[in-house]
Amino acid sequence: MATLLEVRDLTTRFHTLDGVVHAVNGISYTLEEGQTLGIVGESGCGKSASVLSVMRLIPEPPGKIAAGQVIYRGQDLLKLNESQMQHIRGKEIAMVFQDPMTSLNPVLTIGRQISEALIVHMGMTQKQAYQRTLELLNMVGIPQADSRYGDYPHQFSGGMRQRVMIAMALACMPSILIADEPTTALDVTIQAQIIDLVKTLRDRLGMAVIWITHDLGIIAGLAEKVIVMYAGFIVERGDVDDIYDDPRHPYTLALLKSLPRVDRSSKERLATIPGLPPDLLSLPPGCPFAPRCAYVIERCRQENPRLEIVDSHHEIACWVDVGTGRER
Amino acid sequence: MTQYIIRRLLQAIPLLFIISLILFILMRNTGDPLATMGGRRLTRPEDRERLARQFGLDKPIYVQYLYWLIGNDWTKIDMDGDGIPETPGTRKGVLRGEFGTSLVIRGKPVSTLIWERLPNTLLLMITTEVVIIIFSIIIGVYSALRQYSVIDHLVTTVSFVGYSMPIFFIALASMYLFAVNFKKWGLPYLPTVGMFDPQIGKTPAQVALHMVLPVFSMALISIAGYSRFVRATMLEVMNEDYIRTARAKGLPNFTILFIHALKNASLPLVTIIGLDIPMLLGGAIVTERIFAWPGMGRLFLDHVSRADTPVVMGILMLISVAVIVFQLITDIVYAWLDPRIRYT
Repeated sequence: MATLLEVRDLTTRFHTLDGVVHAVNGISYTLEEGQTLGIVGESGCGKSASVLSVMRLIPEPPGKIAAGQVIYRGQDLLKLNESQMQHIRGKEIAMVFQDPMTSLNPVLTIGRQISEALIVHMGMTQKQAYQRTLELLNMVGIPQADSRYGDYPHQFSGGMRQRVMIAMALACMPSILIADEPTTALDVTIQAQIIDLVKTLRDRLGMAVIWITHDLGIIAGLAEKVIVMYAGFIVERGDVDDIYDDPRHPYTLALLKSLPRVDRSSKERLATIPGLPPDLLSLPPGCPFAPRCAYVIERCRQENPRLEIVDSHHEIACWVDVGTGRER
Repeated sequence: MTQYIIRRLLQAIPLLFIISLILFILMRNTGDPLATMGGRRLTRPEDRERLARQFGLDKPIYVQYLYWLIGNDWTKIDMDGDGIPETPGTRKGVLRGEFGTSLVIRGKPVSTLIWERLPNTLLLMITTEVVIIIFSIIIGVYSALRQYSVIDHLVTTVSFVGYSMPIFFIALASMYLFAVNFKKWGLPYLPTVGMFDPQIGKTPAQVALHMVLPVFSMALISIAGYSRFVRATMLEVMNEDYIRTARAKGLPNFTILFIHALKNASLPLVTIIGLDIPMLLGGAIVTERIFAWPGMGRLFLDHVSRADTPVVMGILMLISVAVIVFQLITDIVYAWLDPRIRYT
């Protein structure tokens, strides 16, 4: 498979009044055509900032993409000017956001919001765009598309709004769909519907998907590759099966332990990770996870481990072998 | 919606009654229209009594209000002062569409006085309002986009200076610069007073030329305030998630700004414009005075200072009705701009 997107050493910082927030700290990954990549981690670990950097949607100022490259089909997106970038956004790489309640413009009809991308990117006429919008609404499972074309977002439920968001993102048949926690704001049954919808459409349209979530349970049935992020670093990366069956990073391990499972007694207390993610304003010199880590050794507090290959297609950034509890 | 409009209009009726009653009482207690009527000569007591009887000012205030409201052609009034009403009244009253006649310019109907001045005021004020809206949106949007840039800081500073400046100072300063000094320096200069040059006549070009300075003076102050307002609401809207969505769609900046953002940001703007427009009818008293613009502001000032109740009441009631009507229009525009707003 051909490489579609290659992110190299992406570093994003926010220059706030309190100091510099190190949101993304030199992450690299590749995305192949048609592949689904899951990015997991707690809130505030740089998942969203990393994909917003790819889209160049980081508000500048205070944000700044300090270093790195984002190679999409051979061109570095970070070097494009704003109007060139407009041709990438929505057309080549599209995005679905977390909260469908606030991500749709309340004063414009959903028909207009979907069709405007078609008019801008595909050069369609109003009429063609209208027809295509109806097809898209049908595709994402919104019944009576023609009567709902002129409706406003507040006339839709949360799940339906997220379907509208997906229709909007898929309007121009992008090669990559970035889904930034698209199901977090929805209730569980609707979550499942939305995930199924994205899966179906991904397979039908053959696009690559980057799916961001804090919920490892969602990723299992969806992604082929998984990246685990912590404090703006990638701490573990591998094929989805490796991550679930053989997690090597203490953070991944802890995340998996904190998942509720149907096959375990409900009387057992769910495991939690003690403490909070580090303050991204002042990262400790060693491994950022060290203060919360159950396997911490002296070296962890001195040096931040780099991402290293431990198995084929499986990389971790850790000094410790979680199997033995000793330094690798 | 229609129901809502009808209900609001019905609610306006008692409101207008209360407003008119309060204004009438205030007007009748703040000055004596007969005091200045004799011109330079002192008015003799018997003349004063005669005039008071003619104008109905000898009646108790509630009767005066009643006559103003429903007229006095259904009764007889005592004109010769012998205590026996003998002359049939002629006034029809406001409810039958007659605002009475001026006390100062004797016998001239209030409606004629107002109709002579209203178009002049509307011309000046609507032009000013349009200038204000256009410039404050441009300046406000620009400084919101380039927040904390040099130009934003410059605009902020100029706004505060402009906002803190009294209108008469700006008016006189602009006259001094653009009329007096420009003439002295041999540059093309602007006229300072009136609507047109009597020697040339009332051509559109003349009127436009005479409007430049008053419009500039009034607009400058309001643009300062409005543009801060537009900047604040635009900053708020630009941080909304749906703006990020619009950017993620790859829309051009113009579409994002003027369709996705401004339509949301215009709601609070519509509110203040809706409150401002009826006030325009009253004209800008100070500005019209300084630039000798024959508008409602000057009419109001000339007549209020001589306690000319019918004229002042006419102007104030016109403004009151306009306030109510424009509040309703504002509500309707609101519903049009924001589909989430529904009136029942």
